[in-house]
Amino acid sequence: MIGFSLGRFWAVLAKEFVQMRRDRLTFGMMVGIPIFQLLLFGFAINTDPHHLPTLVEIVDDGPLTRAVLAGMETSEYFAFVGRVDGIEAGERALRDGTANFVVVVPQGFERDVVRGRSPEILVSADASDPVAVGSAMSALSGILERAIEQTLSGALATAPATPAPFSITLHRQFNPEQVSSVNTVPGLLAVILAMTMVLITAVAIVRETERGTMESLIATPVRPFEVMLGKILPYVFVGYVQTAVFLIAADLLFDVPFLGSHWAFFLGFNLYIVVNLALGFLISTLVRTQMQAMQASFFTILPTILLSGFMFPFAGMPGWAQALGTAIPATHYLRLVRKVMLKGATMADITGDMAAIGVILAVVVLFAMLRYRQTLD
Amino acid sequence: MSDDFAISVRGITKRFGARTVVDNFDMDVPRGSIYGFLGPNGSGKTTTIRIMCGLLTADGGDGSCLGYDIRTQSARIKENVGYMTQRFSLYEDLTIRENLDFVARMYRMKGRRAAVEHALEDLGLADRAGQLAGTLSGGWKQRLALAACMLHKPALLLLDEPTAGVDPKARRDFWDEIRRLSAAGVTVLVSTHYMDEAVQCDYIAYIAYGKKLIAGPSHEIPAMIGLHTWRVQGPDLSALEAELRATPGVEQVARFGAVLHVSGTDAAALEAVAKAGMARGLHRWQKKDAELEEAFIYLMASASDNFSRDDAPEVKAGAAA
Repeated sequence: MIGFSLGRFWAVLAKEFVQMRRDRLTFGMMVGIPIFQLLLFGFAINTDPHHLPTLVEIVDDGPLTRAVLAGMETSEYFAFVGRVDGIEAGERALRDGTANFVVVVPQGFERDVVRGRSPEILVSADASDPVAVGSAMSALSGILERAIEQTLSGALATAPATPAPFSITLHRQFNPEQVSSVNTVPGLLAVILAMTMVLITAVAIVRETERGTMESLIATPVRPFEVMLGKILPYVFVGYVQTAVFLIAADLLFDVPFLGSHWAFFLGFNLYIVVNLALGFLISTLVRTQMQAMQASFFTILPTILLSGFMFPFAGMPGWAQALGTAIPATHYLRLVRKVMLKGATMADITGDMAAIGVILAVVVLFAMLRYRQTLD
Repeated sequence: MSDDFAISVRGITKRFGARTVVDNFDMDVPRGSIYGFLGPNGSGKTTTIRIMCGLLTADGGDGSCLGYDIRTQSARIKENVGYMTQRFSLYEDLTIRENLDFVARMYRMKGRRAAVEHALEDLGLADRAGQLAGTLSGGWKQRLALAACMLHKPALLLLDEPTAGVDPKARRDFWDEIRRLSAAGVTVLVSTHYMDEAVQCDYIAYIAYGKKLIAGPSHEIPAMIGLHTWRVQGPDLSALEAELRATPGVEQVARFGAVLHVSGTDAAALEAVAKAGMARGLHRWQKKDAELEEAFIYLMASASDNFSRDDAPEVKAGAAA
């Protein structure tokens, strides 16, 4: 860059740090938001809920019934909170939410099992919230099978059901215990950085225009590039601090593993910080006031949370939503972080994600450059 | 372009969308002078000043500022010009010293620390250098802003309504400083609403709705307009003022304290009115030379007549300094 002055760039940078230090609220937000989100998402959100309140209607009691109920209880998915009499009482409990499950053991259950008549146990679930009852439901048949098999040993072990012609071995890889925070916490890094980097950059730049200081600033010989770089670099530093906070919390509080290449992680998050800063810069060229900058930033945050695969599975979205999601940097960074931290990915495994973020970066920078003005025109 | 002029521009035109804000504007500012730039709000003063120092690009016209082409050499112009914006535009969340230091760094000044200390001494703010600029009063902010844009010792100062919203004492001090700088050889282009400030300028240009109405040495302005004025003293001036306004030949009646200045461009018609007034014997009529005050009131009135718009021109008649 012709006429680039390191001194001027340094002065802008130093000024930005001083202003950042004096703006307690923003500074608090930069450090507070990541910690707050980590605690909320890490501790409060669980997509694999246990101890769901369950009612039973036992019409036929016996060792098998007791085995079935004991099996359900030891799985920890179900917590028996009482008994009901009659279908209507059970339905009422589901409707008013006192129970998520109602288990009905039918008349003559014990006898019919022994005689091989395969009687039916009715389990009514409150499926109005599929996520809440999903894991418990899918675990249910296995629990029952095992419970009955064990009880039907010895003399009662008349012909057990003919074995299936093949068997399935299920490996739950990368997160065998299906701990939600192991999935959520790495994804949070993508969301936290997107939220704060975009917002803070946009606001910091627009603030100069709004307060009128930009006019005096560009009336000096300072080059636009020096201003741009000097204003943006401090926020790269903020991104580093946030990532450090995040990594420490992920390790100490949530025991999230870090299996992959540190270099891959480092390169990935640098690229991701840059793309978010560029996005913030682009927003700053589109708006006039800090308030507008804030609103525009929040506008980008919603799709980042909803469409990136952070909250809801990416594969479950319709084609158009996936296409939208693909245009969001967080989508790719989310995959990158999960790959590196949970799946032990190395540089070679993340090139695709890096390339995708690179393309988004190029487009954002192109638009930002087209919008950026050196003068006040 | 002549070396005698700090600024010399021809045919400057600037449009924002369909609106022409500055229309075919010429201006010559002699070196070392105080050049007053007058006109109502929204008349294009700020835009013109911004074009001079390269903050805006003109849609038409050309010219030079300190010998540099305003279209192609804005980087060089910025190095040699001090520009003080209408609004306080230093950083309110930086201290006084930090602000001055930052500006000095922007100009890559040698001996920066000494220059900043010197400026602080001059301002009398040395013992408050660690105070946040945002906590200063209006008058101090404006003095600080002036010190900041003088820090790199520019040859040309562009001051955009520097005294708006500043108390009279601070304004007088400010103008003392301007005259001191001018005496030291700095060219000053200053835009203002205040007539008491305008009369302190060596040259004046009056602009309305983007067009220059008149320009010249300030003592020649009344003659250029061709205004004749009578001074009237006596009892019950309000009634007389109303009466005179309705009298043909009188184009302007302005009240200055306990006297009326009655003006018109037709000397004979005005004299007839004066004679009639004297014949009544109630008031004392005296012919006087038209001064800048009357000239400006006249210009403002004609500007709003020529271009009747919603944003009526507003000029504050300040107390004569």
